Amino acid sequence: MPRFAVIVFPGTNCDFETVSAIKKAGGNAERVWYKQSLKDFDGAVLPGGFSYADYLRAGAISARAEIMEEVKALASDGKPVLGICNGFQILTEAGLLPGALRPNRIPRFLCRWVYLKVSDAQTAFTQFYKDGEVIRMPIAHAEGNYYTESLDGIRITFQYSDERGNVTEKANPNGSLLNIAGISNEKGNVLGMMPHPERASDKWLGSEDGLKVFRSMVEWARR
Amino acid sequence: MFPHEEKLVRERLGREPNEVERAMLEVMWSEHASYKSSRRWLKLLPTKNEHVILGPGEDAGIVRFDENTAIVVGIESHNHPSAVEPYGGAATGVGGIVRDILCMGARPVALLDPIRFGPLEKERNRYLFEYVVKGIADYGNRIGVPTVGGEAEFDESLDNYTLVNVACIGLMKPEELVHSYIEEDGLLLVLVGNKTGRDGIHGVTFASEELSENAEEEDRSAVQIPDPFTEKLLIEATLEALKTGKVRALKDLGGGGLTCASSEMAGKKGFGAIIYADRVPQREPNMNAMEIMISESQERMLFAVKEEDLEEITRIFEKYELEWVVVGETIEEPRYIVYWGDEKVADLPVSLLTDVPAIEWEARPYSIERDVETPEIGVGEALVKVLSSPNVVSKRWVWEQYDHEVQGRSVLKPGLDAAVLKINGEYGLAFVSDGNPSYSYLNPYHGAMSAVAEAVRNLASVGARPLALVDNLNFASPERPEVYWSFIETIKGLADAAEAFGLAYVSGNVSFYNEVGSRPIKPAPVVAALGKVKLENIMTMDFKDKGDLIAIVGVTKKELGGSEFYRILGIERGAAPRVELEREKKNTEGILKAIELGLVKAIHDVSEGGIAVALTEMALAGGMGFEVDISKIPVEGELSPVEVLFSESQARFIVSFEGENLEKLGELFDEFAVIGEVKGKALLFKKEGEELAGLSLDKAREIYSSLPELLGEEE
Repeated sequence: MPRFAVIVFPGTNCDFETVSAIKKAGGNAERVWYKQSLKDFDGAVLPGGFSYADYLRAGAISARAEIMEEVKALASDGKPVLGICNGFQILTEAGLLPGALRPNRIPRFLCRWVYLKVSDAQTAFTQFYKDGEVIRMPIAHAEGNYYTESLDGIRITFQYSDERGNVTEKANPNGSLLNIAGISNEKGNVLGMMPHPERASDKWLGSEDGLKVFRSMVEWARR
Repeated sequence: MFPHEEKLVRERLGREPNEVERAMLEVMWSEHASYKSSRRWLKLLPTKNEHVILGPGEDAGIVRFDENTAIVVGIESHNHPSAVEPYGGAATGVGGIVRDILCMGARPVALLDPIRFGPLEKERNRYLFEYVVKGIADYGNRIGVPTVGGEAEFDESLDNYTLVNVACIGLMKPEELVHSYIEEDGLLLVLVGNKTGRDGIHGVTFASEELSENAEEEDRSAVQIPDPFTEKLLIEATLEALKTGKVRALKDLGGGGLTCASSEMAGKKGFGAIIYADRVPQREPNMNAMEIMISESQERMLFAVKEEDLEEITRIFEKYELEWVVVGETIEEPRYIVYWGDEKVADLPVSLLTDVPAIEWEARPYSIERDVETPEIGVGEALVKVLSSPNVVSKRWVWEQYDHEVQGRSVLKPGLDAAVLKINGEYGLAFVSDGNPSYSYLNPYHGAMSAVAEAVRNLASVGARPLALVDNLNFASPERPEVYWSFIETIKGLADAAEAFGLAYVSGNVSFYNEVGSRPIKPAPVVAALGKVKLENIMTMDFKDKGDLIAIVGVTKKELGGSEFYRILGIERGAAPRVELEREKKNTEGILKAIELGLVKAIHDVSEGGIAVALTEMALAGGMGFEVDISKIPVEGELSPVEVLFSESQARFIVSFEGENLEKLGELFDEFAVIGEVKGKALLFKKEGEELAGLSLDKAREIYSSLPELLGEEE
């Protein structure tokens, strides 16, 4: 069974439920304190939270931690690396993904359920979805407004949409470029996303749509 | 301290206390820390039953959920600090209650924030509101504890002031309970967390006096500085340290700072302590012993451990990069001794700090309930006005700023009758808070009972059976005889209502002296309730299918005193709704049975804004309209159509269900009447077939979502 490290920085706060979701998806997952090593792991997940309280800029300090060198090595080996919310911010700050997450158009924290269109179902994290499938999960962030100078080398993976999959201005909760909710690298093994799939992995919590992100990831690592 | 108390201290001590001792005594004898005006009356509250593991007396109460799960629960107020500095005041209020839960051994898993303000028309009230919400959000979100509910209310009596209450629950195994007191000498006292600064000096004494008009300038230094990042590390480090099984006692530093935490920890079972104040890490240069002993700097915990376990425990603190210091030790002799270097700067019998004599104030009953005639107003106009009230409109603007999903337990989210958290694969915990200061002002006894009754109705509406209560009593100065009387009446109401439902209060808080410029607030008891619900039985308020019948449970009377309807008409008098406990119990029991038997599709309790608002909320939640004939609503006495629709009589619910279940459902209730059906895309009120008022669902939604506009925002 593939083994995933759920990396815990000081201030990370979605680590426990992310571990549960990976286990539910058939993977093995452990919380790994940021000073430990990633040796022997088949993939890494940077969960949500407020690492270093967003001091300086969201994700900026964590992105410079030593463990990120190991994360980069995993990524270049083609192993899955997933950044959720603060994890996405860390991935952009660390240069593993291009662009930046700016403050929301209305500059405050927003916790809300949204619809997403799966715009690319060929990545390590979306292979169990259908292209164009509409899924539902919550966002919870103050800096999720994605921007990049160039779309070269980016695969737009998730976009905010209405419940029919139309990518509209109205469905954009934070002002993100092209309604981008998640992007992956060219190889498709590094994904950053603002919505929280781990919070949509239990029918009692409103949706199990997010579980396929982890199932896809587990399956990819198994190959 | 009052002069008679100072005299008493001199007598018990046999000398004048020195400057450090006086500051410590001042803090410990404050109303906020000692409960000296309330203690005697709080004893009237029921505190024991089969669900209670630990009642009031420590930092939080504990309730049994099942064999393997205990729920730790507490409630706090941070009114005075929030009125002076709303962001820091509200944020540190969250931090304080979270540490109270943590120090019993539990992981904090949810927060509720009942908050109250003056009218939003005034800029200062808008400022207080926006920054209290931001303070709660920034703190709760950063520590990863979801804020799953609460209340936000606005009333003229709170102009330029705010009531910021916060309730928290935690989860643990019953055997993980750690007490806040020690029962042996020779233990090391380890202070861990933030450095100690000059913030929050005299915080509790400041919270035990009325605010002056220019408190904003004068009292800033009494408000603590929030640091959620350190709090989050403290949570994880504490839980990891507790896993070793080697923590002998644990207490957080809150009101009264190091003095309060260490003297209570040592003194509770008759031991004493020596504190080396100069060892405390200082945030600011040149602090003296007095400042260090009473500072209320946040994010600090006090551990009692055996010397041989010190290394194992402190290694965990170091992993989380938290500063720690052995600040003292416990001793057999019941004395509280403070050193500054080699100098002994305080030496008191520990009981002089912890046993504060009660004060009884004069109580004078008042009676201000008067019959009023309801002014002429059309149903349609009244509906729009009531729906537009900041008290009625959706609070989405508030709770979307709170991370209400973190930790992955939120089954029912904010904005419904009660929040529900998933505890295991089969059961959930329902959590809700209620308070009706406008009722309490008119009739403190019934106002208090209504807070309990409404909380129980909210739990029942989501399918939960109540487990336990906590109470937060926000009052003006107890030195005012009318206020003190209203306080006593409130306790009696809380006690009677809880006893009727077989419930106990496991924790609570009293906040007196809530006044600005000698203007007392209305009595404001807030009750938070816990309930247990089978996940598959969870019920919601949204209308589910067109053609479903709508019925009302309970009887409607001309009870509009303190109602939202009278508030928008500017009427301060009238009689508060009466709580009839037998009726409440019967109707609540009927609702729970109806859910268990699967006979109903939607339930909503009738409270603020009466039947009209309850129906509107059900329609908006389900995206379906209704047609209701008000002549079918059972009433007692003579009521006009607006009185029927906006009365806030208690013990009422609205339900929707399939017609075929009508007979079985009716059998569950003594007071039950079909009043209409789920239909169309409008709210339609009729009387004997004739239309009284109609409002399209879209228009109703526009009004109901208008809070951002009331705050001057555009979205």
